Amino acid sequence: MHISRSMEILVGFFVAIGFVAMFFLSMEVSNLSSVNTEDGYDITASFENIGSLKVRAPVAMAGVNIGRVKSIKFDSETFEAVVTMNIETKYNQLPSDTNASILTAGLLGEQYIGLEPGGEEDVLKNGSVLELTQSAVVLEQLIGQFLFNSDSE
Amino acid sequence: MLNYLQRLGATSLGMFERLGRGSLFFFSILLNIPSVIVRPRLLVAQMYSVGALSFSLIVISGLFVGMVLALQGFYTLSDFGAEGMLGVMVSASLIRELGPVVTALLFAGRAGSALTAEIGLMKATEQLSGMEMMAVDPIARVMAPRFLAGLLSMPILATLFSAVGVLGGYFIGVGLLGIDEGGFWSQMQAKIDFDEDVVNGLIKSVVFGWVVTWIAIFEGHDAIPTSEGVGRATTRTVVHSAFAILLLDFILTALMFGDI
Repeated sequence: MHISRSMEILVGFFVAIGFVAMFFLSMEVSNLSSVNTEDGYDITASFENIGSLKVRAPVAMAGVNIGRVKSIKFDSETFEAVVTMNIETKYNQLPSDTNASILTAGLLGEQYIGLEPGGEEDVLKNGSVLELTQSAVVLEQLIGQFLFNSDSE
Repeated sequence: MLNYLQRLGATSLGMFERLGRGSLFFFSILLNIPSVIVRPRLLVAQMYSVGALSFSLIVISGLFVGMVLALQGFYTLSDFGAEGMLGVMVSASLIRELGPVVTALLFAGRAGSALTAEIGLMKATEQLSGMEMMAVDPIARVMAPRFLAGLLSMPILATLFSAVGVLGGYFIGVGLLGIDEGGFWSQMQAKIDFDEDVVNGLIKSVVFGWVVTWIAIFEGHDAIPTSEGVGRATTRTVVHSAFAILLLDFILTALMFGDI
């Protein structure tokens, strides 16, 4: 087969379009543009019940995503879930008495960790532990309580 | 009864024989890949006929698959008031499944059959033995560049298919059905994971590219050198590729996303 210049140009064009499509998929469609797990610092918090919280769930303060859940472990001595969160470096001025609660986005949405700032002067650092936590609201328990209360009235 | 058993045995022996011959053929192609890297112009010519010529087919199919997904997804999602998830649905199904699978099926029909017919005809017209006569190894000169071109083209085509499909879904979802544009993209970005979805889709497309090109080239090389034999080999390429793609897709999906 004779290889002409226009053929080479077309192949080059084809490969370039492939790279553009890959760039589009990774930057616009997937979360690659918002992932920066390398930097940032880790803080941990213990919850009595994390509901259906997953690794990589967002960590938000005032509704703005400032980090992600890095790992979830079970502490066999306190019987609590230990959640490690990775917070982006630029948010390094969170008070040390910040409290964490597990919230649900919408009625049936996924669960995320919401942080509420406290009033301390000290700030959270790598390895800090959040003392004040609030567990996930489990819908079944809530319904159970509601039924129990309405029965007793 | 005995005749039946005999036929069964002969068929299965034939199957294993072809599988063995195919594997040995694949290894001899692998051994000859360095000779292609030394002469990249051979690869460019094949990238043109295998990849660049499939371009318009893939773009048009991708666009329409994306648009249909958006229309059908909207029908179900609007029942739950979750139209904002349309972008996630379209992009996840395209990137994880439809992009690699449909592209591979189209690729088998468009490029795979052409490869088989070309190589089969080369064999029928004794061009391959002519090359051997001139001390040119047909595997290095004819098969290896085609194999490498197929392997490289498939991921490009599948990525293109997914990207164009997402754009098609965007046109229908945001343009026609009036979904909020910001939600369409932001929910997509929040849900689609680069490692989990994009990279796994890419791995799938590489595997499919490998299996389709391998089957196509082997069938061409193995064809009975008559016009009927080449015709049969071309049919076999498309049928076997489709089976292999769907089977491998199940295995890969179970391995990649099975634990979710």
